[in-house]
Amino acid sequence: MKATIWNRKHLLGMSDLSREEIYSILDTAASFREVNRREIKKVPTLRGKTVINLFYENSTRTRTSFELAGKRMSADVINMSVASSSVKKGETLIDTLANLEAMNPDVVVVRHSESGAQEFLARNLDAAIINAGDGSHEHPTQALLDILTMENHLPLMGRENFEGLTVAICGDVLHSRVARSNAIGLKTMGATVRFVGPPTLMPSQAEEAFGAKVYYRMEEGIAGVDVVMMLRLQQERMTGAFLPSIREYFEFWGLNHKRLALAAPKAIVMHPGPMNRGVEITSKVADDPNHSVILEQVANGLAIRMAVLYRLCGVEA
Amino acid sequence: MNEAKFTLIKGGRIIDPVNQIDETADLLLEGGVIREVGRPDQPEGCRIIDADGLIVAPGLVDMHVHLREPGYEYKETIAGGTQAAAAGGVTSVAAMPNTQPVTDDPSVVGYVLDKARMGGIVNVFPIGAVTKGLQGKELTEMGLLIKAGCVAFSDDGRAISNSSVMRRALDYARAFGALIIQHAEDPSLASEGCMNEGVTATRLGIPGIPAESESILVDRDIRLVELTGGRYHVAHLSTAGALQSVERAIQRNLPVSCEIAPHHFALTEEAVIGYNTDAKMAPPLRSERDRNALLEGLSRGIVAAIATDHAPHDEDSKRVEFCCAANGVVGLETLLPVTLELVRDGVMSLSDCIAVMTHRPSELLGINRGTLSPGRPADIVLFDERERWTVDANALHGSTRNTPFHGRRVRGRVKRTLVAGRTVYEDGQ
Amino acid sequence: MIIKSEKSVLTNLDILNIIDQLADRLVADITQPQKRVVVGIRRGGALVARLLRQRLNQRLDRELPIGFLDISFYRDDHVTVASNPVIGATDLTMDIDDKRIILVDDVLFTGRTIRAALNALFDYGRPEIVDLVVLADRGGRQLPIQPDYSGLNVQTDAMESIKLVDQKEAGLILVRRQLGE
Repeated sequence: MKATIWNRKHLLGMSDLSREEIYSILDTAASFREVNRREIKKVPTLRGKTVINLFYENSTRTRTSFELAGKRMSADVINMSVASSSVKKGETLIDTLANLEAMNPDVVVVRHSESGAQEFLARNLDAAIINAGDGSHEHPTQALLDILTMENHLPLMGRENFEGLTVAICGDVLHSRVARSNAIGLKTMGATVRFVGPPTLMPSQAEEAFGAKVYYRMEEGIAGVDVVMMLRLQQERMTGAFLPSIREYFEFWGLNHKRLALAAPKAIVMHPGPMNRGVEITSKVADDPNHSVILEQVANGLAIRMAVLYRLCGVEA
Repeated sequence: MNEAKFTLIKGGRIIDPVNQIDETADLLLEGGVIREVGRPDQPEGCRIIDADGLIVAPGLVDMHVHLREPGYEYKETIAGGTQAAAAGGVTSVAAMPNTQPVTDDPSVVGYVLDKARMGGIVNVFPIGAVTKGLQGKELTEMGLLIKAGCVAFSDDGRAISNSSVMRRALDYARAFGALIIQHAEDPSLASEGCMNEGVTATRLGIPGIPAESESILVDRDIRLVELTGGRYHVAHLSTAGALQSVERAIQRNLPVSCEIAPHHFALTEEAVIGYNTDAKMAPPLRSERDRNALLEGLSRGIVAAIATDHAPHDEDSKRVEFCCAANGVVGLETLLPVTLELVRDGVMSLSDCIAVMTHRPSELLGINRGTLSPGRPADIVLFDERERWTVDANALHGSTRNTPFHGRRVRGRVKRTLVAGRTVYEDGQ
Repeated sequence: MIIKSEKSVLTNLDILNIIDQLADRLVADITQPQKRVVVGIRRGGALVARLLRQRLNQRLDRELPIGFLDISFYRDDHVTVASNPVIGATDLTMDIDDKRIILVDDVLFTGRTIRAALNALFDYGRPEIVDLVVLADRGGRQLPIQPDYSGLNVQTDAMESIKLVDQKEAGLILVRRQLGE
């Protein structure tokens, strides 16, 4: 067990976290996993604390995960969904937060469509902010749960730690905060990251920015990797400017068993959800118990969010 | 005010690039006009301004300023904007037409000039719109706008993207010898972008604007200059590629020129890190490679003007998510000290630095400023080249605080600014 | 707080003797050994619990089930301790309903740890009896909690702490630490 002092007020991105800090979250999450397996899945840790989920983008999964995480630790959890269409940007965001702040929440979990929105809020307000996804920037709790899932599988892959582990992150890297947070976090942990996807969905200078080698062909990109992480292709990117069609995308960048056979024999397949079956991944791969760890990711998501809430609530303002 | 007829500015180091003067001397003004440089006799009842230890230069000419009035007085007014200019040693500003209403009609030019006469403390030279309402479709009445007082034309804030419209604008302007100033940014390439495309944008997850959005438009425009012979000027040039194109055009004796803003040669895209909306402008801060190319261009004399693209914004326009924030930064009060960094870094001589902030832009605009030649209006700046200070956004003289230079340690401070012989700014007063 | 000085209160041999005595006293009182479960509080209590169970097993000639509690999530001072990330796993796989729990800790002080442990325990089931066994009682109670079996009473003041130290091969020792700012 690694004893690290956690003194961050906010969790804004993986780029802030050291390897020790990541391990401290993973270790805490492991303890919470035990709580989640009990008959009485509730501990009094955050009794009297208030957690507000402020979601400017729909996300049933992430919001539910944070909500349950808070509730299992006895915090009071309030959900606020703000439909983007009704939001006048800018002033409204800071006003909304200022209003929430007047209610003295201990933590505000924020999802927003603009990169940097949470950093902006953290700078201007007093509440502790957890970034639950900002634009195309970061989604740190997703990366932490992904790293926890990989850590659980390291022994099965014959590895002691992340050094030498190779992870292929595949699909729409350009718009993906999951890809960015994972690339940063995995690099911190010592793993090797590859980005795989069509050139139009690859960010400029990705290699310099994240130290990830870029592949445009699936067959080359996933050859020999230990982890294949598929990204969700957003509806609005499926046709038109970025890609000609879904069927072309699936033909060349979809994950099927034939391609998966090119990865390491014990490779695991991950997906942040929700999946587009038949677009980025076949159902057969997604449901293959020998490779797919997609449901473990969901379970780990809960434990990670409990761990993050636990850590942030334990830092004195 | 009962001004003395004569003013003698004594003992300063006088730099007047166009007359190749750089010497310690006196400068005699008569009324609002420059009378003599050298060792003039001191006339009876003469007011004395002690310039010992200071540099005395022509008042700076900033050919790219947004005064926001009419229409956006909540951001800045002509009175407030000219106060910022005076504090920065700038005695003449060319005011961009993207106001509300747009300066696309002689009546708006008249309004701006009236406001400048009544509340302004430095010279204001309006720039007219190239197209009506900045819509990029129909040409404005350039002749009438010139008659009303416009000194050049631009749709600044937006590019003239339609090639046919640009061709006709360059062509038509020839009838009046007018200058077309382009905001060179291909809108379809820049589209959703909020900062320079590259490593930093990728890390921050901000949609990028490729450098080519500028160079493609500049290249096209230069072809159209060849076709038409119109006078063409690139506003706030920010990329190595566009600079190279401009340099080649100049070598081929085409009537092409460009200006560079201090933020583009002094800062890079990394200033955006932390989602700093005070580092957001169009065109965006570029890469270190681009910045170095701009410094090269300045040192080789390719750049005709350093102009601020002074763009005041109210706090609410900047205190938002990065991509939602308004484009633009203020620059009048940091123009001189930031530009003087070029002298200390060995990029340009002091005289060349002053030239690109005085007579070279004046010549482009065809205005009678930017020199200390006898008979010219006595627009003068006195500054201490060595004085160190720290830029403080809250201590600026304009109405807004959106400077990307907040906290920067600089050297060179304006001590006094005169417009037509009258002191409009004095440090510490 | 820093540790100004440290001196040994009990050697490994002393501790083993005390645990032997505790086992003897417990065995004398145990009437339904089939219902007995040993639960150690992490981390010091877990070490004592393992040794105690060994001795109870010998004396009762049976294998008592053993479990471990980590009380981090039940503490009443989360804000001040959460930056200390050492959280052990709770390991209570047996059914504790209607069981007679031998709850073991190393040093009893304010009583808050025991309060948290009881809360944690009750999230796993409803034991019939909970007996509290501690290696050392240093007084200073802030809650109405007393040990059923205590190996040793130590008098301390506010600037002292009593700590069980695991020396691995060399066994356990109990030390008294003088604290200072």
